[in-house]
Amino acid sequence: MTGPAILLLVIGLGAIAWLSARAKAVRLRAGGATRLHSLPNLHGWYVALWTVLPALLFLAVWSNVSPGLVTQAVLDNPAATELPADAFARGAILSEARNIATGSQAVAFNPLAQKFAPLYQEAQSRYNSAGVFLALMLAFSGGAYAFTRIRPDFRARTRVERLVMMTLLLASLIAIVTTVGIVASLLFESARFFSMVSPLDFLFGTNWSPQSAAMGFGHEKAFGAVPLFWGTVFIGAIIAMAVAIPLGLMSAIYLTQYARPAVRAWIKPMLEMLAGVPTVVYGYFAALTIAPALRDFAVSIGISNASSESALAAGLVMGVMIIPFVSSMADDSIAAVPQSMRDGSLAMGATTSETIKRVLIPAALPGVVGGVLLAVSRAIGETMIVVMAAGLAAKMTLNPFASVTTVTTQIVQLLTGDQEFDSPKTLAAFALGLVLFIVTLLLNIVALRVVKKYREAYD
Amino acid sequence: MALKGGSMPLAAAARAPTDWKAQQMQQRIRQRYAAERRFRLLGLFAILLSCGFLAFLLVTMVGNGARGFTQTTISLPVDFRSAPVMVDPAMLKDGNADMILSSANLPAVTAQAARDALGPDGERLISSNSWLALRKAIKADPTLLTQQAVIEVPAATDIDGAAKGEGSPQAEAAYARLKEKGLVSTGFNSSFLTESDATDPTQVGIWGAFKGSLLTMLVTLALSFPIGVLAALYLEEYAPRNRLTDLIEVSINNLAAVPSIIFGLLGLAIFLNTLHLPRSAALVGGLTLALMTMPVIVIAGRNAIKAVPPSIRDAALGVGASPVQVVFHHVLPLALPGILTGTIIGMARALGETAPLLMIGMRAFIATPPGGITDPATVLPVQIYLWSDEVSKGFVEKTSAAIIVLLVFLLAMNGLAIYLRNKFEKRW
Repeated sequence: MTGPAILLLVIGLGAIAWLSARAKAVRLRAGGATRLHSLPNLHGWYVALWTVLPALLFLAVWSNVSPGLVTQAVLDNPAATELPADAFARGAILSEARNIATGSQAVAFNPLAQKFAPLYQEAQSRYNSAGVFLALMLAFSGGAYAFTRIRPDFRARTRVERLVMMTLLLASLIAIVTTVGIVASLLFESARFFSMVSPLDFLFGTNWSPQSAAMGFGHEKAFGAVPLFWGTVFIGAIIAMAVAIPLGLMSAIYLTQYARPAVRAWIKPMLEMLAGVPTVVYGYFAALTIAPALRDFAVSIGISNASSESALAAGLVMGVMIIPFVSSMADDSIAAVPQSMRDGSLAMGATTSETIKRVLIPAALPGVVGGVLLAVSRAIGETMIVVMAAGLAAKMTLNPFASVTTVTTQIVQLLTGDQEFDSPKTLAAFALGLVLFIVTLLLNIVALRVVKKYREAYD
Repeated sequence: MALKGGSMPLAAAARAPTDWKAQQMQQRIRQRYAAERRFRLLGLFAILLSCGFLAFLLVTMVGNGARGFTQTTISLPVDFRSAPVMVDPAMLKDGNADMILSSANLPAVTAQAARDALGPDGERLISSNSWLALRKAIKADPTLLTQQAVIEVPAATDIDGAAKGEGSPQAEAAYARLKEKGLVSTGFNSSFLTESDATDPTQVGIWGAFKGSLLTMLVTLALSFPIGVLAALYLEEYAPRNRLTDLIEVSINNLAAVPSIIFGLLGLAIFLNTLHLPRSAALVGGLTLALMTMPVIVIAGRNAIKAVPPSIRDAALGVGASPVQVVFHHVLPLALPGILTGTIIGMARALGETAPLLMIGMRAFIATPPGGITDPATVLPVQIYLWSDEVSKGFVEKTSAAIIVLLVFLLAMNGLAIYLRNKFEKRW
């Protein structure tokens, strides 16, 4: 019997259990003198859960255990003495036999495997039917046990709801499990990397050439990540912010202070569309349109070695992507400034722009700064734009027309293409990921703290 | 009090009232108003620049991509009677027509036909995979093998480019000659929507990547929606104020801010290298994106649940419902439109995501659409990335065309979210 069929069978049994238990509860209610503690539906659920859950749990365990048992059964067969003693060769023959038995392979390359295939098939079908039988037994006995417990005063609801609460808690715990998974996988792989390359060389070295390390030259000095950090900061925190902060802030000011509501209702969704465009589209746009235009511009103003992949192209486009983010953060913090402060300033005769510049912005500054920090954290974690437009040259330069590389670009570069999972070249990606994770986490914590502190000040 | 009163006349005497009509004051007011106008224009300029960039991006993509939906074809007369095709048409009725036809050397037949019909350089005018069109025609009608037929084959990349107005001078000339003979036509490229990735830009399609996206999104939705909703219900309705709850909340808020590429590293380390799930599969992609989407759904779900007024809960509790019944019978149905809106927005983000999927190997060359969630697959954004890396010029318009398809879907999803919000949003 195949997996889905068994699953359907068990669920069908559960449905029957639900119906019969509910019918019994209804009969109790109709004929009994006392009131039922729980609704008939809940009695139905109680019995159905007792029918389905033990059987499913058993099947989950069984599907993990039975392949080992099948192999053991084949090895216990007298014919197994013909198998080579070498564990590797034996494993190869057995796995081939298994493939033939399950039908995923038609003909054997090894005659021994052909011989073992029927043995396998037999053992497999034996264990399979044993598993189905045990699962059905469990379903029946579980259902029967629960069925006999249906009485007018039986607290079926309490029990079903306890299970519901446990499910809810489990669903919430997945967030913690994911966080732990991220931290653990990053830490584990980074630890392996740092056992090969000194953390100091990694964090403070200025030479990044993992390709040469992969080719067998010494890798002590090939993993200096400072050029990557510089490239990330240059694109994400300097160029992108030089675009996003003025444009985002001025957009927010215009929309909240000047624009008529009808205009605002149209413009705001359009700005938000900028945030909804996938980053790969921005990346393609930067590489196809912006970067060549910038190179031509650089050549025309006399920079002869301008590259077709430039920090400026990636940074500009990334800045545009961040505009709605900065704008909505600024919007929120300006809206949080008490109206009385604005009214006071206007009443003293200040123009609207003077009020904005002298009163609103200073009062909203902590919120704006927090928003900018969040935007920086978003920008340095951004991948596709820099992968497609910023280039791979790990160098420290202030020239925005030159090609620079970033942490995320290098992670993609190191992990795509052929991978051997033990080389420092691959593991370096995880060390870079760890740095990125820590920095974005810190930026977020600081930003949220700044914003929160400021909010409390006016409440 | 007395002191202040006494000094009043003195101060008034020392300071003359401002003369607003004076030249100097008028000048100052004019300056301040000019500054006001400048500031206001600056704000308008910022908005126009941002929206202008969006318009520029869309116009560029549509301008490049519209050509990707059309395809130049050449009507190629093929005389199968004189061609050395040693195949009996009757045999082709069986299923293995591909195998039998592979012995017929159709590429050579096609090349010969092209040289006969289009001149000595005819072979270079048609797409290198043109023989596939012949095979398809023969499979559809085996009797073709005994007669002469005119078959529409795709034009070569540079002829296609010339037809769309940007080819090399030679290609332009060749195109002009073809046009004189009335052999070329440009029409809607339906194979772009029904085919998969290929090495030749005239042959590529997005169906394979689209199906991969669909499967990946199914896995993502099936995992992140129930888990996200249940977690949101727990945190908003039942969670006691304790350490564990704080920890869960902090984790969810942090996960929402973690760069997407980190989720890719997680997927690589856990799903591929520890659990040994199949590489490049929609299953792993969906799992990874589900972890990324779940916090978005939890946060949107909590806001929607928070918006349900307490009076609903109090009323339900008052008539004897248990806490679980209150939530599942009353709060959840009322909060569902809000939760769905958040889910669609989260799914739209997942649909446009590229970087984490590159990490788990979904960047392979996939020439056949995936049959299930464990088959190697690629997704639309990754396909766009892969095509953008191609050197051949014909890929530019295909990349932009794929971007248009992706943007249309994202727009539709966001539009649906806005529609749902407006239709079901309740003001309590």
